[in-house]
Amino acid sequence: MNATADKNWLTREFIENASLISARVYRVQDLASALDKALELCRSKLPCDSQMEPGQKGTDPMPGEKLRVMAAPNLDEADFTKLDKACRESGDVRLIRENLRAYPGGIDMGVTLVDFGIAETGTLVLNSDSEETRLSTMLCETHVAILNEGKIRETALSMADELNDLTGQASSYTAFITGASRTADIERVLALGVHGPLELVILLVEASS
Amino acid sequence: MKKEESLKAYKVRLDTALENTFLRTAMDNFAVAYRTSRENAFAGMDVDAMIQEVADIKAHAIKNNEALLEEFTRKAVANGIHVHLADTAEDANRIIGDIAQKTGSKRIVKSKSMTAEETHLNPWLENLGLEVTETDLGEWIVQLRHEGPSHMVMPAIHLSRFQVADLFTDVTGTTQDAEIERLVKVARRQLRKKYIDADMGITGANYAVAGTGTIGIATNEGNARLVSTLPKVHVALIGIEKLLPTIREALSINRVLSKNATGQAITSYVTWITGPSECKPAVGGKREMHIVFLDNGRKKIAADPVFAQVLQCIRCGACANVCPVYRMVGGHQLGYVYIGAIGLITTYFFHGRENARNLVQNCTNCGACKAVCAAGIELPKLIKEIHARIQDEEGHPLKSLLLGKVLKNRKLFHTLLRTAKLAQKPVTGGTPYLRHLPMIFSKEHNFRVLPAIAKVPFRDRFERLNSPLKNPTHKIALFSGCVQDFVYPEQLEAAMKSFARANVSVTFPMGQSCCGLPAQMMGEKDAARDVALQNLAAFENEDVDYIVTLCASCGSHLKNSLPDLVKEYAPEKAAAFAKKIIPFSQFMNKIVGVEPMEGKGRKTAFHSPCHLCRGLGVRQDPKDLINKSGNCYVATLEEETCCGFGGSFSANFPAVSKEILTKKLADVEASGADLLVTECPGCVMQLRGGALKQGRDIQVIHLSELF
Repeated sequence: MNATADKNWLTREFIENASLISARVYRVQDLASALDKALELCRSKLPCDSQMEPGQKGTDPMPGEKLRVMAAPNLDEADFTKLDKACRESGDVRLIRENLRAYPGGIDMGVTLVDFGIAETGTLVLNSDSEETRLSTMLCETHVAILNEGKIRETALSMADELNDLTGQASSYTAFITGASRTADIERVLALGVHGPLELVILLVEASS
Repeated sequence: MKKEESLKAYKVRLDTALENTFLRTAMDNFAVAYRTSRENAFAGMDVDAMIQEVADIKAHAIKNNEALLEEFTRKAVANGIHVHLADTAEDANRIIGDIAQKTGSKRIVKSKSMTAEETHLNPWLENLGLEVTETDLGEWIVQLRHEGPSHMVMPAIHLSRFQVADLFTDVTGTTQDAEIERLVKVARRQLRKKYIDADMGITGANYAVAGTGTIGIATNEGNARLVSTLPKVHVALIGIEKLLPTIREALSINRVLSKNATGQAITSYVTWITGPSECKPAVGGKREMHIVFLDNGRKKIAADPVFAQVLQCIRCGACANVCPVYRMVGGHQLGYVYIGAIGLITTYFFHGRENARNLVQNCTNCGACKAVCAAGIELPKLIKEIHARIQDEEGHPLKSLLLGKVLKNRKLFHTLLRTAKLAQKPVTGGTPYLRHLPMIFSKEHNFRVLPAIAKVPFRDRFERLNSPLKNPTHKIALFSGCVQDFVYPEQLEAAMKSFARANVSVTFPMGQSCCGLPAQMMGEKDAARDVALQNLAAFENEDVDYIVTLCASCGSHLKNSLPDLVKEYAPEKAAAFAKKIIPFSQFMNKIVGVEPMEGKGRKTAFHSPCHLCRGLGVRQDPKDLINKSGNCYVATLEEETCCGFGGSFSANFPAVSKEILTKKLADVEASGADLLVTECPGCVMQLRGGALKQGRDIQVIHLSELF
């Protein structure tokens, strides 16, 4: 198998296995189109169902504002600025990257660049050392993960060295994420979004970009 | 402290569970669905090799536990984590209570931890005036109901959506519909507040990676992420057996864990925390992180040559998923804190023999747990070891003591059986079944018709049946076992005809006795060893190629357990003996290679005795023989599920045994078969007696009787 065929196979495996656990996967050409897609998804989703009662401690810091909230804490400065501009122009999305703790009721969307994908299980690997990154994937209703196709590995074991490096740092907090938050604790019936995201969207950025 | 429960009270609890229709249906659906999910999850993979790898990794890590603990501690302390070692459950609770008080924590959120259940952490913390909230949905439900979990990974599997709706109605003060999707959302909302207000988060861990000082936590809900992210203090309570050298070993185990637990490829989240992680509101921007390693007897278990393997458990819960008793009565009745086969063993170590005494007897010894265990633990054997140990410590009950004494003396035992034949006359009424049970059995045993002792045992018929051969194709010795010898000699007679047709020469050493399994089942290990030695002596001078048995339980015991029982007395003899043991089906199909014959073409189901399919690994030969006999084998869903006999199990827990049996017979009936064949006289006794009692149109015979 040549290198390209090998990559294609990994991508196919990844997509298939991620879809099995009801993640939605879209392939995009580059990061810019990934961010466009995220914004589009955010604008078309149902508004966030706040988990806090009005007047409770730590409710939405911008009461009365009707905008959707999107967090993208691990984008670099330039990409964040671009996305922020697009959000403002849309007129209905507010982009944040800090103080996620101020949104205990939840946010509409968390957008994160993830470090790796694991084909065997459709898993995402995300360095979540930053509290904001972590919270953006926990408090959101929709988690949009942007993954570079070239970062897909076959199995978790096949990338043990990379994982060892990731987790070997003091203060490290590394997350394997496979699908949305789920439970089957009542009568073994599957239900999504028990604590974290209700849905997971994976935007696969083509390797050539 | 809970009051000690008598065996009688325990049985009442079992009866109540058996009457719980919802529980029965829920458990049953799960038992059936689990098989398929697990099979799919492992599709295309070498499951045995993966399980062996987990066993090896864990065994090795347990041997090096001390060094791993030291390495982990060094790394974690260097990273700024407080590491504690708790010798006992109470020490662990005290350490965690102190941390809460020192950090001024009042409200605590927890993610699911069996280890915290083991130490009874919640009541300890609540006694200190702290508010503790479980955040795993199932665990929160059982916490609100003031119960313990009924399964290690599905804590509320015993409850219906209606019970949960009623509970949530109480909690929220608003009427909640019994609609699962909405109930889950109620929990989402209620628990979100708890996370936000919490001062301290407590988690367990599935892995403690020494090389990097990292803990790994597997969850589906993602609650451990919030618990370890929002509060300023994080405490992880971890049994020392969770220590592993590197993330590589943790990943190998993680690959098996959820597949074996629920048939999921991987849990939604696996969180690796090296910590202390960023926590913006905390002083210095870092969370205060504590790791409490729990010993609570683990070091002692690790040093025990027999029981060290208990620590290989990765807490997947699969041993409960496949247990026929769990399926009937649920986890609260088949565990104390730890549930299922592993719970029957660990209860003794972690929660004392008073809580293990009754539980440990509630096992049919079917071996389904061992066959599914993610870490290759010899669960049935260890359950029997615990049983024996408890009896050694507390004194043996009269019944088992007598049995042991009688079995040790073959002549006495056989004389008693012959005498029983005479004594039973008034009750059998001249039929081959006991119509009214003798008084040693109570009414509750009446769920099946029991056979009578045969007029002439096989050992007295053998000479007449046997004709010496000049040039035999094979030379075998026959091991009859007591049930066939004294109750069903006709099964052996049928086999003798098959042997004669195939020109196989047969000997029957008269010194042979009970195989010893009943003694082992009742915790009489000494008696089991004594009869093992007697049997070795009886067969020692036989010049034969095989020792054939028609009883799968005898076969599996003689082949697998006997060598272990006499390892300090006659290891070579035992190995040679065990090597020759072969079940009837395998001998006739593989060794003799019987030819297909004309037959009635009856639709024939097969009940695969536990000790044949799992004990001896024989699955195909009996089915081949059914077809070769001119009948038509039909598959049944529960072919390899225990019939509920389990020797003394059915006598100790007749109510449970009856329900397992009913399930089995209903499955056979649903297949359309009117003939049910099996290869163990114990199973024949249970199944035939049950079919008769329940008036089912199923004829039950031994495989040998097909020819």
